[in-house]
Amino acid sequence: MNRTRSTTENRLTQASLIAAALAFLAFFLLLPLIAVFSEALEQGFGAFADAVNNPDALAAIRLTLLIAMISVPLNIVFGIAASWAITKFSFPGKSLLITLIDLPFSVSPVVSGLIFVLLFGAHGLLGPWLAEHDVKIIFAVPGIVLATVFITFPFVARELIPLMMEQGKDDEEAAVSLGANGWQTFWHVTLPNIRWGLLYGVLLCNARAMGEFGAVSVVSGHIRGETNTMPLHVEILYNEYDFVGAFAVASLLALLALVTLVARSVLEWRFDLHHEGARH
Amino acid sequence: MPTVSSRLKGHWRQPSVLPGFGLTFGLSLAWLTLIVLIPLATIFLKSAGMGWHDFVAVGFSDRALAAYRLSFGTAAAAGLVNAVFGLLVAWVLVRYAFPGKQVVSALVDLPFALPTAVAGIALTALYAPTGWIGQYLDPLGIKVAFTPLGIIVALVFIGLPFVVRSVEPVLADLGKEVEEASATLGASRFQTFTRVIFPAIGPALLTGFALAFARGVGEYGSVIFISGNMPGKTEIAPLLIVTQLEQYAYDGATAIATVMMLASFAILLLINWLQAASRGRAGA
Amino acid sequence: MIRVQNITKRFGNFPALHGIDLDIQPGEFIALLGPSGSGKTTLLRIIAGLEFQDAGQVLFNGEDVSERSVGERGVGFVFQHYALFRHMTVVENVAFGLNVRKRKDRPTKAEIKTSAEELLRLVQLEGLGKRFPGQLSGGQRQRVALARALAIEPKLLLLDEPFGALDAKVRKDLRRWLRDLHKRMGLTSVFVTHDQEEALELADRVVVMDHGRIEQVGTPEQIYMEPATPFVSYFVGETNRLPASNGTETLHIRPHDIEIVETDGKPVLVDNVFRKGGVWRIEGTLAGSDQIIEIDLPADRAAPEPGQSVHIRPARSKIFTTNANGVQP
Repeated sequence: MNRTRSTTENRLTQASLIAAALAFLAFFLLLPLIAVFSEALEQGFGAFADAVNNPDALAAIRLTLLIAMISVPLNIVFGIAASWAITKFSFPGKSLLITLIDLPFSVSPVVSGLIFVLLFGAHGLLGPWLAEHDVKIIFAVPGIVLATVFITFPFVARELIPLMMEQGKDDEEAAVSLGANGWQTFWHVTLPNIRWGLLYGVLLCNARAMGEFGAVSVVSGHIRGETNTMPLHVEILYNEYDFVGAFAVASLLALLALVTLVARSVLEWRFDLHHEGARH
Repeated sequence: MPTVSSRLKGHWRQPSVLPGFGLTFGLSLAWLTLIVLIPLATIFLKSAGMGWHDFVAVGFSDRALAAYRLSFGTAAAAGLVNAVFGLLVAWVLVRYAFPGKQVVSALVDLPFALPTAVAGIALTALYAPTGWIGQYLDPLGIKVAFTPLGIIVALVFIGLPFVVRSVEPVLADLGKEVEEASATLGASRFQTFTRVIFPAIGPALLTGFALAFARGVGEYGSVIFISGNMPGKTEIAPLLIVTQLEQYAYDGATAIATVMMLASFAILLLINWLQAASRGRAGA
Repeated sequence: MIRVQNITKRFGNFPALHGIDLDIQPGEFIALLGPSGSGKTTLLRIIAGLEFQDAGQVLFNGEDVSERSVGERGVGFVFQHYALFRHMTVVENVAFGLNVRKRKDRPTKAEIKTSAEELLRLVQLEGLGKRFPGQLSGGQRQRVALARALAIEPKLLLLDEPFGALDAKVRKDLRRWLRDLHKRMGLTSVFVTHDQEEALELADRVVVMDHGRIEQVGTPEQIYMEPATPFVSYFVGETNRLPASNGTETLHIRPHDIEIVETDGKPVLVDNVFRKGGVWRIEGTLAGSDQIIEIDLPADRAAPEPGQSVHIRPARSKIFTTNANGVQP
């Protein structure tokens, strides 16, 4: 029987739409991804290994990891604290708080770097004071950490807030009524409930922390070997026409992105993170 | 033993059953102020301290205006492309089943997970005259790399997930009863789409566009490689800020940043207002 | 005249309908009554063209419409959750079916406006035309849905548990109102419900369904007083089921068909007595077993006390035999 249901398109239309969507995605999304790996391996695996295994690249990798290891935990703590405050209590100004948390998202990365230069730079608000005490923030690692923390600020909170709002307070109130204190309640009741959302937020936070370019570019001073993160190193190599080198380091970051995507898929599929509604 | 009423006196919020408000709220507020609010305030403080004349001279110079036109224009164009194709992708992902759908759905988030600089050099490699795609387009006279078209391509890449992820849940929640009702009343599939489905997802589409647009205006890493960065022609506003910084022209950088932020803010407010108006009409 | 002939439908491995045959006369108000999973909604949707059967035909006045899409069958459909277009006003909702007609069949703007307003008057919602569905109550929304379905001048009106999402009081009011509307318009109507009270109150004939089969078709009186199968007897109205001593038969007795006698009846130990509307409801246990019995006694009689023993005798009953598969009726 060749009838089409009333709520869907005929087979031909469906196939055409699917084909068009896939073509668009392949062209705009898949091709660049493939290009990264293809260019990195263009001169063989040896050249790839050399590009990654030199002191500057290794320093960039180390710095990137260091930045992530500092900023991600900080924002996890903040994210959890903020989500707890927002979803378990009622107080005036709650929606204002939520909007403020989203602020770093709406600001250009370059501006995110600029504000720290204006605050801590040599000619900035606190510049003279810092110079007096011989503290370097801009053009040094602390500046990069600050800018990264700013940029990745909302990620964990944004994942946890809707999740915890949906879960409500019932479990926690039950725990408290049975005599648990705050920490016990959080550790034994809340945390198990939110762990997959938390993990996903951490993954996103980390991906962004390691991959941030614009903000870090502004505050770092691009000092090779000292204040170069991996994305910045990619830029330097590219501008020097060392394409294989640039793409080699880039491919490491692309691998990280792929891991993040795979992890997200797994989390979503197993734990229905984003409640994607009814299926047709 | 304090009574309920005595506990409420002098409290600015309802007393709560769960513990930890003081700690978590205080921590959040402190962190927020230190990391976000104070740094952001610096921009406005500095702008305010500049004096109107200087501000306008730098913030609205010819070069700056060209940069704004480019940044806002390409972001809008890319946003429109993403609105159309993002809707298509969301539709296909929600409504149809096909092999590899999970992979495709994960792929949509690639621009979100991939560092901008990586995307930037990859796109440039593709669209340069000697690139995989550029080599076919160049003889046809279509130049992508080092032109505004290249910027649009880059912004389409990074903006796509915003549209798709905004539309998907709304489309999924639409439910088939409304479409069946439309069919029983004699509407063709096309009529059902244009009169019933599209208006219902309009607000979500607009939100997706707004997010993609906002991201596109401020985008740096994925654009600066492919754009060529010629002042007055392919210099985006964020790059102009960086250039000013490299010349220690802090005033200039601040002025341009302020103009950008205020303009983006105004546009987002407009879009928010449009959405609230349409939501109010529909009585939610 | 609507004829459903030998309709079969499976969803994957699940058999939803087995060889359904049904005739619906012009102007009839038919109820499809049954528990969830009985197939009643599936049958309704197949008649509408929202589902397609695996085998069998649907005939409208002798013409096979099985291959026609829902929009071509000229049926009006009312959904349980209204399915109103939330971004359109009430009057735009009602006029929708007329607005989407092909140019040559479409009335003028003015005519559409008049029709829509007339329909709103018919469903007693005049003056609310400019509102949005979100601003209406549940009962009002359902009336808009009805007006919208009637706007296309359907030959057949199909309603899928139309009052299921409404409060009890609103449900009762709308029931009465729908009955009046049908009397006035005489439109052939089929509606699906799991509420037997509703079916018995509204329908000219009731089709009782279970597990994809029709158990019985009859007037409300027939269904209630002369149930053809044990399922019908049990599903419609309240029933006490007593296994007979020979082991192959079961007695079905309604609570109000049990008499309390002085002598010569079966003894029942009274557990609980309470007022239920105009009667005493007596709950007791049949002596010598765990069998629970429910008896309705007119309220003007004296009610027994819990702990007392009474003797009962059936005034009317129906005997069903255990069928060949050993299924107890």
